[in-house]
Amino acid sequence: MPSAVVVRRYIKPAVFLACLLPLLLLTLHAFNIGGDLGANPVEKIQDTLGQWGLRFLMITLAVTPFRDWFDAPWLVMLRRMLGLYGFFYVLLHFLTWLILDQGMDWQEVLVDVTRRPFITIGFIALLLLIPLAVTSTNGMMRRLSKRWKTLHRLVYPITLLGVWHYWWQVKADIREPLLYLSIVVVLLAWRAWKAMRPRLANRKTAAA
Amino acid sequence: MLIRRPRPGDSAAIQPSQITDEAVYLDRRRLLQAALAAGVTGLGASWPADATSGGAPLTFKPNPAYNVTDPPPNKYEDITTYNNFYEFGIDKSAPASNSERFKPAPWSVTISGEAERTGKFWLEDILKPHALEERVYRMRCVEAWSMVIPWVGVPLGDVLKQFKPTAKAKYVAFKTVMRPSEMPGQKIDVLEWPYVEGLRIDEAMNPLALLAVGLYGKTLPNQNGAPLRLVTPWKYGFKGIKSIVEIRFTERQPPTAWNISAPNEYGFYANVNPQVDHPRWSQARERRIGGGVFAARVPTLMFNGYEKEVASLYQGMDLARNY
Repeated sequence: MPSAVVVRRYIKPAVFLACLLPLLLLTLHAFNIGGDLGANPVEKIQDTLGQWGLRFLMITLAVTPFRDWFDAPWLVMLRRMLGLYGFFYVLLHFLTWLILDQGMDWQEVLVDVTRRPFITIGFIALLLLIPLAVTSTNGMMRRLSKRWKTLHRLVYPITLLGVWHYWWQVKADIREPLLYLSIVVVLLAWRAWKAMRPRLANRKTAAA
Repeated sequence: MLIRRPRPGDSAAIQPSQITDEAVYLDRRRLLQAALAAGVTGLGASWPADATSGGAPLTFKPNPAYNVTDPPPNKYEDITTYNNFYEFGIDKSAPASNSERFKPAPWSVTISGEAERTGKFWLEDILKPHALEERVYRMRCVEAWSMVIPWVGVPLGDVLKQFKPTAKAKYVAFKTVMRPSEMPGQKIDVLEWPYVEGLRIDEAMNPLALLAVGLYGKTLPNQNGAPLRLVTPWKYGFKGIKSIVEIRFTERQPPTAWNISAPNEYGFYANVNPQVDHPRWSQARERRIGGGVFAARVPTLMFNGYEKEVASLYQGMDLARNY
């Protein structure tokens, strides 16, 4: 297993750069370098950013199980950065919708956020991510101590809202949102199982 | 010449494909084309000999009565690389990338139901009595994006009249070809295959309804519904059924693909209407394809701007209920 120094000096910066690749690719394609954004560039930008936002939230949720399954405690050192990338892409996704797609037509934006359930769900997920991003610093972790962990469990419902938001906007082909949902369910079920296990084990010993 | 429908037990109960082998058939078309070039066939539609793939040049006249100039027509590239044709896949780039193996020729269409003349007809025979015309129409997708497209085709009503629909023909039903080996999307159950659509007979007879065989003066590329598709510009794009192999006159309202899939979201009429939202998104505005990243959405027009031509069809109807 890599030492903390190796993680901090090499792995973390490499992952940091890798996480920027989706954005870099979009930018290059916007300038017709190595590809293009197709006939509907706004939709392309918005969909790509949203998809990566959700993927990074899922990757963040996968850190703890992967740590256990592959006995790789160092992965946890990447978790905050991955979570913040999730927030970053979700925020860009929202801003693309607000500025490029809706043209900041506030009346329409308000109607959409309040009356279109799939947009409402996405918006709630974004709002819930804000306190998590704000309290992601070391200082905040210390200050909130035990409550920090409770607060950051919000990422479970947030990710589910994200999948729901995605599911609800597709027209007929639910295969991809279904795949996302399956992954999230596995990642959350594993946590539930892990939390239950000591209790079950205790019950067994008590019975014996 | 039109082929009579074979009756059961009739010695003529043979498929057209059994009569004419493809090479001969194609040759026949080449002759027709040559005759046309020589001006022999006069008024008849010109259907090119090499229509085995999209992009063969067509002879047609622009119809100035249907000529949207503002905004200008979308680029050929946009029209042919960004569209929905689930038979070739779900992504809007899928039709262009997955339709190469599709064979739009030879092509015949089965006419059935409440009409005097029914049977299986070669596409060129169906087109022959008509002159091809170009019409530049707006196209509004139910997903709230839009294009302007120069189609080449013949008015649907003129074609339907050839088959003498009876008084019982209250609706017209259309069916897309079923060829999973050439249309990979048909192997996935996102919709019930084959795709079906329908119109009320008066909608079908409205001069605005077009049977398109071409785009930008050339035969339709596979991804846009070759060789024959419906264009009803006052309705959402999904009504424009592609690669049509069957037209049936019916007394009852026929089932339609998207209505079967999600009846609360997609109705039989599917008229463009900025006041009636899709249950999940607004239909008040649309994104014009080709406007670039910084272009704002524009307001959607009632019946997609064809109110003058079609509003009378729906007088007294509750359009929120009959969505």
